[in-house]
Amino acid sequence: MKSYLPVDFIVERDESKCIRCKVCVNQCTYETHNYDAQDDVIRSKDENCVNCQRCVTMCPTHALSIKKNLGPFRDNANWSSEVIKDIKKQAETGGVLLTGMGADKPYLTYWERLLLNASQVTNPSIDPLREPMEIRTYLGAKPDALEIEFEDGDIDLKTKLAPQLILETPIMFSAMSYGAISLNVHESLARAAMRAGTYFNTGEGGLDSRLYKYGERAIVQVASGRFGVHSSYLNAGAAIEIKIGQGAKPGIGGHLPGEKVTEDIARTRMIPVGTDALSPAPQHDIYSIEDLRQLIYALKEATNYSKPVSVKIAAVHNVAAIASGIVRAGADIIALDGVRGSTGAAPKVIRDNVGIPIELAIASVDQRLRDEGIRNKASIVAAGGFRSSGDIVKAIALGADAVYVATAALIALGCTVCQKCYTGKCPWGIATSDPWISKRVNPEIGAERLVNLLRGWSMEIKEIMGGMGINAIESLRGNRLHLRGVNMTDTELKILGVKMAGE
Amino acid sequence: MKRIIAKQEHCMGCGLCEVGCAVQHSKSKDPIKAYNHEYPKPISRIRLELNKPVSFAIQCRHCENAPCVVACLTGAMTRDEETGFVKHNPEKCMGCWTCIMVCPYGAIKADVSGKIVAKCDACTELSVPVCVASCPNGALECKEVTS
Repeated sequence: MKSYLPVDFIVERDESKCIRCKVCVNQCTYETHNYDAQDDVIRSKDENCVNCQRCVTMCPTHALSIKKNLGPFRDNANWSSEVIKDIKKQAETGGVLLTGMGADKPYLTYWERLLLNASQVTNPSIDPLREPMEIRTYLGAKPDALEIEFEDGDIDLKTKLAPQLILETPIMFSAMSYGAISLNVHESLARAAMRAGTYFNTGEGGLDSRLYKYGERAIVQVASGRFGVHSSYLNAGAAIEIKIGQGAKPGIGGHLPGEKVTEDIARTRMIPVGTDALSPAPQHDIYSIEDLRQLIYALKEATNYSKPVSVKIAAVHNVAAIASGIVRAGADIIALDGVRGSTGAAPKVIRDNVGIPIELAIASVDQRLRDEGIRNKASIVAAGGFRSSGDIVKAIALGADAVYVATAALIALGCTVCQKCYTGKCPWGIATSDPWISKRVNPEIGAERLVNLLRGWSMEIKEIMGGMGINAIESLRGNRLHLRGVNMTDTELKILGVKMAGE
Repeated sequence: MKRIIAKQEHCMGCGLCEVGCAVQHSKSKDPIKAYNHEYPKPISRIRLELNKPVSFAIQCRHCENAPCVVACLTGAMTRDEETGFVKHNPEKCMGCWTCIMVCPYGAIKADVSGKIVAKCDACTELSVPVCVASCPNGALECKEVTS
C-alpha cells in the first residue's frame, strides 16, 4: 500500500560544512543518515527522522539542522496536520497509535495561571544567601499529637513516630522501570539521589542487584505485574510504593515487549529472557479500599513496619474521595500523578484525554484530607510534568509535601522529548535496553547533571521562599494565600482554593 | 606520569575523538578546512575499535619497553624518560614501517605523506589531550598512573 504520510521533519545538511566524519551516521539509531562512499556524500532519509536532535548535537561542524515539515496540508484549526496524519496512520495500520512522554497539548496546564506572592513593606523578605533557609522535607505519617515526658530536666519523646523519608530537597525522581529505561539511567538517578539526599523510584521492573547499594535512597515499587518483587527487594528500599495507576495512562496496564527483555532485565524482573512483560491494568488482588489495606499491611509486615508505604494513583475524577480511602487504608504517602504525567509508551488517545490536571488534584486532595482531619496521616507527593522550580513551589503552596520529577530528570540526561520512547531505540541511550545504545549515558556524568539540576532548583526554591518572607518549607506547604489566580473561572479558583489576582 | 585511559564501558563509538585528533594534527586546526580543503587529508592517530556492543578508542599506549623504540632503525622513536611518552621525530624517520609491524596495538600509521609514520604525541602542547577533550561521554581519561 502506498503510504500517504508526509514526512514529519526535514534534515538540512550544509554541504559546505559537512566533513563526512559519519558521526551523524553512527549516532542516529533510526538510520536516517547514510554514507555513500562512491559519491563521498552523506544522504538523509527524512522519513526516518524523529527530530531527537542527537545528530545536530553531536555534529562537530554544526552542519545539520532539522526543520519541521510545515506542508503539505492546508491550515485548519480543526483538522490540523497532526489530526490528519494520525488518521492516515491508522488507515494504513489499523492499530492503536502509540506515543511516549507526557501530554503535549497546552490546554491542560494551570501553572501559568497561578502566580506567587512576595513581601513588600509590611513584612520583610529574607535573603537566602545570608540567612538559613530550610527545605528539608519529611514524608510519612505524622502523629496526631506529641507526648513529651520531662524527667530530671531531660526531654523525652514518648510518642512512637512512624517511619519517615528524609528529603534534603522536596524533589524526588519518579518511577521509571528498569527495562523502560536503561541500567545506566537507573544508576544515574540512584547516584544523584544519594548525593542530593533525595530518593529515586525503581518503577515496576525491580532493582538490579548491582544497584542494591543505593537502596537506602530507593523507593521500591510494587505494581500490578509484581515484576522483581521479593523479600530482599522490599527490604532493600527506603520505602515501598504500590502503583495503582499512572498519570499518562490511567486505567491502562503496561507492556514491555519481549525484545527489550534482555538477560539482565529478565533476571531482575524474574521472567524468562525475551518474553513480553505484561502488567495488568488493575492489581488483580485490589478491587476495593479494603483489598488495598491488605496489601499495604502485607508489605508493612514484610518489612517489619520499618518503611513508609506509598500508594500512587493517577489523578482522576474522584481523586479526593479515593485519596481519603487510601489514607484510611493505611498509606503513609499518597503519590498523585496528573494528566500531563509521562510514560515510556501509552496509547496517544489515553495520554491526551484521560485524567485531570495535577494542580486541581493536589488542591482537592489536600483540602479533602484537611476537612476530614486526616491530612497528617499521609504525605502528598505530586507528579506529572513539573518543569521548573516555579511549578514545584506552586505545587507545595497548593498542598503537596514533595514532588516527583521524571521528564525533567531525563531532559537533564539528554532527552529532547521527541516522544519516541516506545520504539526502544532512544538515540540518547535513555529509553532503551539495547546494551550498545545505552552506553550513551555515562552514570557518572548523568549523576552530576542531575545533582546540578536539583541544586539549581533547590536554590531557586529558597530564593522564592525568601521573597515571600518564609524561611521554612513547612510554612509554605498548603499556604494558598501565597498564590493568586489569573484567567480562571470562579469554579476553578474555588477548587484550587486560591483568590483571584488583585484580591 | 600521565596516561590516556580508554574506558570501553562508556565508549559509544561516535568517533569524535578521531575527528578531534585529525583536526589537531592538521595545518589549519579548523575541522571544515582540515577535512574539506587540506590535501592530503590529515589523519587521526587514535582509532576507534568497534564490535558492538564493545567499542573503545585506542592510540599509542606509550609502552614502558616500547617495541617500536627498540625496532626503530634510525632512532626516530625515542622514549622521553621524564614524561614516559614515546616520541616520534619526523626528521629522522625514513618510513621503513618497522614500527608499524612491531606495534602490538596497531597504533602507528603511515602519515598523510605516505613517507613517514604518524602516532599519538599525547598532545603535550595542550593541557588535556584533544581526544580526551573531544569525548562527549567520558570514555577517555587522562590521568596520573604509577607505572
